[in-house]
Amino acid sequence: MKPRPFGYTRPESVAEALAALAAPDVEAKVLAGGQSLVPLMSIRLAWPDLLVDINRLTELSYVTVADGQVCVGAVARHAEVLASLAAAAAQPLLRKALRFVAHPAIRNRGTTVGSLVHADPAGELPAVLALLAGTVCVASATGQRSIPAEEFFRGPLESAVQPGELATEVRFPVLAGPAAGTGFAEVSRRRGDYAVCGVAVTAWLAPDGRIGGGKAAYLSVGPSPVVLDLTEAVAGGAADAVRFPAAASLARARLEPRSDLHATARYRRQLAAVLTERALAEALGDARETVAA
Amino acid sequence: MNGAGGRQGEELHELRLTVNGAVRTARVPARRLLSDCIRHDLRLTGTHVGCEHGVCGACTILLDGAPVRSCLLLAVSADGAAITTVEGLAEPDGRLSPVQQAFVECHGLQCGFCTSGFLTTITAGLRDIPQPDDEQAREMIGGNLCRCTGYQNILASVHRAAEIIRERAGSRPDAAAGAAVETPAGPA
Repeated sequence: MKPRPFGYTRPESVAEALAALAAPDVEAKVLAGGQSLVPLMSIRLAWPDLLVDINRLTELSYVTVADGQVCVGAVARHAEVLASLAAAAAQPLLRKALRFVAHPAIRNRGTTVGSLVHADPAGELPAVLALLAGTVCVASATGQRSIPAEEFFRGPLESAVQPGELATEVRFPVLAGPAAGTGFAEVSRRRGDYAVCGVAVTAWLAPDGRIGGGKAAYLSVGPSPVVLDLTEAVAGGAADAVRFPAAASLARARLEPRSDLHATARYRRQLAAVLTERALAEALGDARETVAA
Repeated sequence: MNGAGGRQGEELHELRLTVNGAVRTARVPARRLLSDCIRHDLRLTGTHVGCEHGVCGACTILLDGAPVRSCLLLAVSADGAAITTVEGLAEPDGRLSPVQQAFVECHGLQCGFCTSGFLTTITAGLRDIPQPDDEQAREMIGGNLCRCTGYQNILASVHRAAEIIRERAGSRPDAAAGAAVETPAGPA
C-alpha cells in the first residue's frame, strides 16, 4: 500500500523545523531516516498531516564524545555511529548493540535518535539508553529540555517527545571506570529481524578482581525496556565464570514477558535467563581484559 | 499507480536526481515512494518491489553509494542525491559487472525477482569487504530474501564476484598494485 496524501516541508535550519512543527491544528511528524515511519505510513498505521523532513539539517549529523557522553545528533545514521571509532572506544556497548539493528541497508538510512523516539520495545537502542541511563535532548519553538531515559519510554511506540518537539540529540554515558565491561546478546528468527528477546549488560569488577556488580536491560520482554540490577545475584562471584545461575534466576523471576506469534512467554523467559548469562560473561570478559591491559 | 502525478489537487514537488550518472527530474507528490518514482516516473523497471515495507530487500538501490531500501524512502527526501539502480551496474563498455557476471556463472538466480536487490547490495558490500569470508558473505546478503535459490548459489556468487573484481583489476595495466593482493582459493 501507499501512504495517504500529506503535506511536506524540508527545513534548512533547526529553527525552521521547530517553526514548522509548532503549526497549530496540524499533526506534524518528524521525518529523519524514516525506516520505521515510512512503512507505518505505507501500511496506513500512521497518517500525519505534515512531514517535517530534517535530513537537510546537517548540523545535527554528528557523533562526538565529550564530557563523559557519546553525543549523537538527530540526523546521524546508525551506520555512522557504528563506524565511529571514538564512540566505540568510549562506550563499546553502542557498537555491540548496533550490529543487531536490522540490516546494513536499513542502518545506512535509519537514525539512532529516530529509533529512540520510535520507542519500539523490540528495539536495541532503547534498551541501551535505559541501561546506561542516558538522556535525550529535545527542542521546541518555546525552549529546550533534557529527558532522562527512565522518563523517556512511556510504552510501546510511545516516547516522551511531545507534539511540536524535535529530539535533537541523544547522550549515552561512556563506560564508567577502568574495571567495567559490556555485553549484548539477542535471539531473533533471522539475523536483523526483531528480537524475540535481547539483553544489554554492563558489569564491573571489585578491587579484589571478583565481580563487583552488574546491570541488565531487556528488549522484547515488556512494553518498554526493562532494567534489572543484577548486583545482588553476582557480586562477589568469580569473574571468569561461564554460568551465572543466580543472575539467570533473577531474570526468570523478575521478567514478565508475553506470548505472541513468535514465542511463548515461557520460552521468552528462558531465553532472557540464558542471554543474561551470555551477556554477563561477555561483559566480565571485557572488564578483565581492560584490567589486564 | 500512475506515473503522471498524484491524486487530483495533490501538491507536486520538483525532484532532481542523478540516476546512473545522468541527471533526471520528476514532479511527484510527497507520498511517492522512491521505489515507485524509479519504476513509474523514471521508467526504470529493473528495481523490483516485493514487500514494500523494508523486509525483502528486492528494491535495494545505492543512494550516494550506500545500499538502501528504495521502498522506505520518499522520493522527495532523496532530492539532490545520486542513485544507482541495477540498470547502472554494468561496466561502461556494456560488459556485465563482476557481480552480475558471477550470478551468471554460479547460477545465482532463478526467477530473478530478488536479483536486482542482491546485485546492488553485493556491489556495495564488496566495496567495503573485498574478500569476505563465508560468515561475512552471509552477513552481507542477510537482509535480502530469495524464495528460489536456497541462497547457496548466491553465496557462491559473492565469492566469485570478489574473484572477478580481482581478476579484472589485475588485467588492467594500471593496476600493478592490485596484483599484490593474494588471491585465495575460491570456494568450489
